[in-house]
Amino acid sequence: MMNRLLQLLFFALIVKPLVLIVLGLNLRGKKRLPLNGPAVIVANHNSHLDTMVLMSLFPLFKMHKVRPVAAADYFLKNRFITWLSLKIIGIIPLDRGGNVDKNTIFDECHKALDNDEILILFPEGSRGQPDRMSSLKKGVYYLIKDRCGVAVTPVVMHGLGYALPKGEALLVPVNVDVIIGPTIDKTTNADEFIDKTMDAFDELNEHCITRNA
Amino acid sequence: MIDFAAPVAKTMVLVLLFLLAAHVISFVLAKLGKITKPEELLLRLRSWWWIIGLLFLSIVSGHTASIVLFGFISFLALKEFLSIVPTRHSDRRVIFWAYMTIPLQYYLVSINWYGMFIIFIPIYAFLVLSVRMVLTGKNSGFIHSVGVLHWGMMLTVYSVSHVAYLLVLPLGDEVDSGFGLMLFLIMMTQMNDVCQYLFGKLLGRRKIIPAVSPNKTWAGFLGGLASVTILAAFLGPFLTPMDHKYSIMAGFIIGVAGFFGDVTISSVKRDLQIKDSGQLLPGHGGLLDRIDSLMFTSPLFFHYIRYFYS
Repeated sequence: MMNRLLQLLFFALIVKPLVLIVLGLNLRGKKRLPLNGPAVIVANHNSHLDTMVLMSLFPLFKMHKVRPVAAADYFLKNRFITWLSLKIIGIIPLDRGGNVDKNTIFDECHKALDNDEILILFPEGSRGQPDRMSSLKKGVYYLIKDRCGVAVTPVVMHGLGYALPKGEALLVPVNVDVIIGPTIDKTTNADEFIDKTMDAFDELNEHCITRNA
Repeated sequence: MIDFAAPVAKTMVLVLLFLLAAHVISFVLAKLGKITKPEELLLRLRSWWWIIGLLFLSIVSGHTASIVLFGFISFLALKEFLSIVPTRHSDRRVIFWAYMTIPLQYYLVSINWYGMFIIFIPIYAFLVLSVRMVLTGKNSGFIHSVGVLHWGMMLTVYSVSHVAYLLVLPLGDEVDSGFGLMLFLIMMTQMNDVCQYLFGKLLGRRKIIPAVSPNKTWAGFLGGLASVTILAAFLGPFLTPMDHKYSIMAGFIIGVAGFFGDVTISSVKRDLQIKDSGQLLPGHGGLLDRIDSLMFTSPLFFHYIRYFYS
């Protein structure tokens, strides 16, 4: 209850003003945003702000239903970050090191989907080079393949790798594009899923108007 | 609380009534199916309510609030500009310093230090930011980047800050005419935009610069110029220290400069192959799409007033 209140305040007083005023969104396809779970959002990843921007698209009263899936090695580093990540932002920690059995790695994600929550996943797996797409990982396919009725919505963001790139602490205000696409069609294998997702990302990228390199 | 002259208050009430009438008429026409794209028009009007609401609220709240509002407008405009125009990743820190000129420039407005206000960006920021960019050590694309940064700063910070300086400009008269001048400038600039658009739609045939803006016609330009000059002749003596003659001249300057400000930003967007500069004002596009003409009219109107009345 206390954490829920803190989450509300964190998003209402810090995240939303930051995203709307210090940054500024060129948002397209807002109606395609899945407001009710179970649903999966896949997005490109360039900055810590990616998660904040995606979450800020949701109304405050739905915030606790939105669960970013994030690297356990990074976000469970120290006690403060762990508390912030788990209790306030509500991440689902994911092991990237291969220490967890493949069959149980998505247990928390499945639990969240069973609970009608909305997962945010970054299939690039890491923030990488600013505003450049890395190759996609196959995990999302294996997460959804045995579940029926979980739609995957692709989102492309541009400009956040400029505002706050990997390894930088100084935030430079710029407008960012957030382009939400139609859900990705059902696929039968991981490679096909990756191809379709990549095509969707490329197509959405065309609609970006910001040009920072 | 309200420390401005009565004509300003009367004008504000008139503008609000005018907007209300426009909204009601558009709403009725939309319901009757007489407008081709009613959603677009109603969105546009809703944005106008926001723009005019914020502007009037700041005027009612006094000088400081209005100066802060224009500082904020400069911030949003510079941000939009630097988002659509390509800049190098290595310029991030230089751009951060470019943002820092905004509080300084508007502080200079608030303390009415004209000498520094007028040279701070064209001299000090011009030199210091160039040096800061040299220190990043990236030569490839330097000329482009340094040019983009200074041009953007001149338009979005320097030009826009002249609107705010009208509030503190000493004119040697008893009454505070700052808000009157500001309101006159903004109203004439926006009326010019609207009238040029309407005349262009109704009568426009021969295009002025089809390569940049296919919608700009001679009829639109001249019709807008004539209407804003006539309107200025009435509004000038009411809102500002100008008499009829000087008001007409001011209207003429605003009409011409507004047109060129508009097509200048059109040229920027053409170069980048985008339609709108952003989404800040639904129905209008980005902030730059709305203040394009103001960025050209404000320094010219400011110096016109300063030369003849200060």
